[in-house]
Amino acid sequence: MRICEFAYSCNSHKIRITIRMEPMITKKEVQHIAKLARLGLLEKELGKFQKELSSILDFVKKLQGADTSKVEPVSHITGAKNVMRNDTGRKIDIERVKKILKEVPETKEGYVKVKAVF
Amino acid sequence: MRLHELTIVQAHEGLRKKDFSSLELTKAFLARIEKEDKKIGAFINLSPEMALSAAKKFDEKMGGRDFHLLAGIPAAIKDNILVEGERCTAGSKILEDYVASYDATVIRKIKEAGAVILGKTNMDEFAMGASGENSAFFPARNPLDLKRVPGGSSSGSAVAVAADFSVYALGSDTGGSIRQPASFCGVVGLKPTYGAVSRYGLIAMASSLDQIGPITKTVEDARIIFEVIRGQDELDSTSLELKIKNQISKIKINKLRIGIPKEYFIKGIDPKVESMVKKGIEKIKESGVKIEEISLPHTEYALACYYIIVPSEVSANLARYDGIKYGMSEIRNPKSKIQNLLDVYLKSRQDGFGDEVKRRIMIGTYALSSGYYDAYYLRAQKARTLIKKDFEEAFKKVDLILTPTCPTTAFKIGEKKKDPISMYLADIFTVSVNLAGLPAMSIPCGKVEGLPVGLQIIGSWFEEEKIFYFAQTLEQQLTTNDQ
Repeated sequence: MRICEFAYSCNSHKIRITIRMEPMITKKEVQHIAKLARLGLLEKELGKFQKELSSILDFVKKLQGADTSKVEPVSHITGAKNVMRNDTGRKIDIERVKKILKEVPETKEGYVKVKAVF
Repeated sequence: MRLHELTIVQAHEGLRKKDFSSLELTKAFLARIEKEDKKIGAFINLSPEMALSAAKKFDEKMGGRDFHLLAGIPAAIKDNILVEGERCTAGSKILEDYVASYDATVIRKIKEAGAVILGKTNMDEFAMGASGENSAFFPARNPLDLKRVPGGSSSGSAVAVAADFSVYALGSDTGGSIRQPASFCGVVGLKPTYGAVSRYGLIAMASSLDQIGPITKTVEDARIIFEVIRGQDELDSTSLELKIKNQISKIKINKLRIGIPKEYFIKGIDPKVESMVKKGIEKIKESGVKIEEISLPHTEYALACYYIIVPSEVSANLARYDGIKYGMSEIRNPKSKIQNLLDVYLKSRQDGFGDEVKRRIMIGTYALSSGYYDAYYLRAQKARTLIKKDFEEAFKKVDLILTPTCPTTAFKIGEKKKDPISMYLADIFTVSVNLAGLPAMSIPCGKVEGLPVGLQIIGSWFEEEKIFYFAQTLEQQLTTNDQ
């Protein structure tokens, strides 16, 4: 919950106004996004990320003020065109393959091993 | 002059005249790092063996011959650029023990020129941050005031040059990560035109914005490195061959038109920084350049646009850290209770990534998810067109644009760490350049209360030469600008 407080005084009466605003996303949404992103979160982190993500989304909301009705989105900033290589095989440096496999947590007979999906 | 204070040009001259050997030069830096870096934290990994053997090789082979300007000269490399056989962490726990199996193209190029690589420099995790405090290992400190941040994300690279731990360094810049730490540490930093330098072997953060560039003591040194590392590369399909439009010898200072965008002198900028930059601009007028006020009307949307596009690209780029192919993995944990593939992903990424990385992955996932794509990502890419068009209009009238690099000088460690938005605001003057794909350089403009202020020179696409020419003229005029 984001809370905005305004305080001012008028003829020696102090007035405090508190506006409670709903956060932009719920804890449930944070949980859903984290799962989509394959990111494990602790239960106690949900509130923290809800607050932080809400404030970031609130910040980028500013973009809604820009008139983008008449422009195309950027696809490539310097206008570069696709670059193709010949559709032929490339030589594999076996030493490089060994180096790359050395970084893999679990291998079997030169293959990358993964856990069962279910 | 002591060995560790030399510029590339001076060190080259010394090697050529045999005033000292590359081995002596390299040992001088290693000794200095050994003694001083514990309290500063510029390096994540030092590679003295590799450095000493490269230096010896140079001394043995090059005696009496002409050699490249970079040959035999020590360099520091940001730890998101791969050097074969060396650990490459990107400042993240998830890559703490990862060893690079190949050289980045920029590394291949500087090695071919004979560079001596001292080690890998500290950085914000995956280059996400503006202070160095997001390093998963330890924060680098500003050598001019150890209580303050050096800026980020190329923190250690800027520090290494400012603290005389290296003659020069390579960094990467996605939204200011070369220019902002260069500004905070009082050194020169160049972010090249998008595509001018190959990104092959640079650990990707936001691929449409990332560029590798030099951090140096002088403008001339930055130009030397840029000349070595630039060029089209078949391993990076976005890289382009630079058509050099303006050879330095053909540019005349009194023909240059300089634009000052009014949107960059706004509320929120430290008044002392503003007056220092304005004083710098006054000095520049003496050289005969024409200065005029210009407008970049969509500047106010740049930061919001940036913080949609970057997290979106981050969420896709960082999907590769899955605990399966390399890096930290729950599979390696002997006490693990994981059952299936999903658990490997969830736990490896939970333990391996820091908070800012997690925030950006989640914001990006949200912005790209079904139902939100048009409102966030598409709108941001359209706003990016508006920002680019602002610059296209401006460069019809002026050759170069001058702005402050940052709204403040180096802030205190811990000051902005808890509030992500306040940290994002440190990039306010630098992100537009990346969104538009332009080249820009930060050069020291003087000091306020002992802390450096940076001046940003923005050029048109592929007009690095104009930046170098103008910056070199300014460099001499601004050395006496301290307050």
